[in-house]
Amino acid sequence: MNPSLIDYTLHLADNALIIGHRNSEWCGHGPVLEQDIAISNIALDFIGQARNFYQYAAELAGNNATEDTLAFLRDVPEYKNVLITELPNGDWAQTTLRQFLFSTYQYYFYQQLQNSSDTRLAAIAAKSLKEVTYHLRWSSEWVIRLGDGTEESKQRLLTAVDELWNFTGELFLPAAYETALMQEDIGVDLSIIREQWHQKVQEVFAEATIQIPEKSWAQQGGKTGIHTEHLGYILAEMQFLQRAYPGAEW
Amino acid sequence: MEKNLEQLFQEKIDKEIRIEPKDWMPEKYRQTLIRQISQHAHSEIVGMLPEGNWITRAPNLRRKAILLAKVQDEAGHGLYLYSAAETLGISRDEMYEQLHSGKAKYSSIFNYPTLSWADMGAIGWLVDGAAIMNQVPLCRTSYGPYARAMVRVCKEESFHQRQGFEILLTLSRGNEAQRRMAQDAINRWWWPSIMMFGPKDDESPNTIQSMKWKIKRFTNDELRQKFVDICAEQIKILNLTIPDPDLKWNEERGHYDFGAINWDEFWQVIAGNGPCNKQRLDARKKAWEDGKWVRDAASAYAAKRVARKEVKVA
Repeated sequence: MNPSLIDYTLHLADNALIIGHRNSEWCGHGPVLEQDIAISNIALDFIGQARNFYQYAAELAGNNATEDTLAFLRDVPEYKNVLITELPNGDWAQTTLRQFLFSTYQYYFYQQLQNSSDTRLAAIAAKSLKEVTYHLRWSSEWVIRLGDGTEESKQRLLTAVDELWNFTGELFLPAAYETALMQEDIGVDLSIIREQWHQKVQEVFAEATIQIPEKSWAQQGGKTGIHTEHLGYILAEMQFLQRAYPGAEW
Repeated sequence: MEKNLEQLFQEKIDKEIRIEPKDWMPEKYRQTLIRQISQHAHSEIVGMLPEGNWITRAPNLRRKAILLAKVQDEAGHGLYLYSAAETLGISRDEMYEQLHSGKAKYSSIFNYPTLSWADMGAIGWLVDGAAIMNQVPLCRTSYGPYARAMVRVCKEESFHQRQGFEILLTLSRGNEAQRRMAQDAINRWWWPSIMMFGPKDDESPNTIQSMKWKIKRFTNDELRQKFVDICAEQIKILNLTIPDPDLKWNEERGHYDFGAINWDEFWQVIAGNGPCNKQRLDARKKAWEDGKWVRDAASAYAAKRVARKEVKVA
């Protein structure tokens, strides 16, 4: 058993589940019916990705772990998602910008991961990449539309950039389990992704007529279980039934 | 002249020829359809709210994915139906306006709260079950775009109903607390579901004309009876009870008899006094108002793109 591989797989699963959870909060409340469908669909893709990773992590972990014990019975310090995924949705600008920043990262991440020497991770990455390609296109279009839309939409987008930027650095700061797996040719090289990410963000921001901020401070901790205050509330809500009725089948 | 057109129209209806958007139709037929289809579309959209209430709390990942997919399907149904109504000469924005102002109605069932996970089961089994009973005949309704939209809707609805029944079945085989949860949900959703078929035939003023135009093919009471007969059998599989002491097989009629419906509650909820009327409408209005700047930005951007293209072409 490779403990880094379990952590790595859980990290990917947690990222998908938590951003999926946030996006699913829009379901029924979107600004346009078609976009309500789009964001719910993206949420659904993420729940699907999370399940694939959790199922693999459960097999690796043994001890009767299942996708559901991993999702519903771990507490905040055991969750390994990056902080940006757990931030509240804010307005449509903040949600779509977060999606763009995260999807850009995930797009290059899965591109590399599909060549992983771990065939299971490679297969999940290849399958998910199709979905993420769409997420990236959809979210880029929104960033451009809002940046080059009205004065108000531009202001809101700039506010969102300001809110989220400090949370992007963490994406590229490897946790110990990431460094270990990169050396084993299982995990991806984040320094390559950082370059690709930066270039793509710059391109889309230029089209959206906005600038990349100068600031470079990175809020971090999610990958090793030190979260924002928000995650506790997400888990309290998400895990409520499993915690209130231990051992029940649903 | 007008009379001839009307006769021709009725002849087509009688011969089961579909009416299409460009065909002549009596103004009242058009208005009846706009009212019915938009009400149906609004029901799908408002109906996303009570179930959406449990997406973030679904008990496991499989249920979460199914519920999310289901609520998203409802948004899709809303979309087909709004499009079908638009073929009759009303815009989606006008229909929203009518919903938000209270002029247009939506199914009253969605003015009841979803208080436990079992409500996801009861809504699937009973509410979607009643909806299917109403909707299957609509696949043959006389107006083409509506009938075609309903074919797609019905396919997905039957999946929704099965997943609801399966939630209840799982709960009914679970622990004591889960069985209580399931029974409580059925207790709360049974009568409102029965009311979904609308007022009794003799108090349903539009039924006769709608049947003549083959918009409707069965009366409210016929469909309600069919629904009761089916549920009375299915509840046995769940080993739970339907909250109606008068529910009893009637050999002579070949149907189940059932107890008196509380019509006072029905009319009160329609009038706005259900437990969640205000909450549901407020949620819809808020989504619409909060989304205004987003829609404005999208139109402004689209206009800029067109302008840039024109400059390039010139």
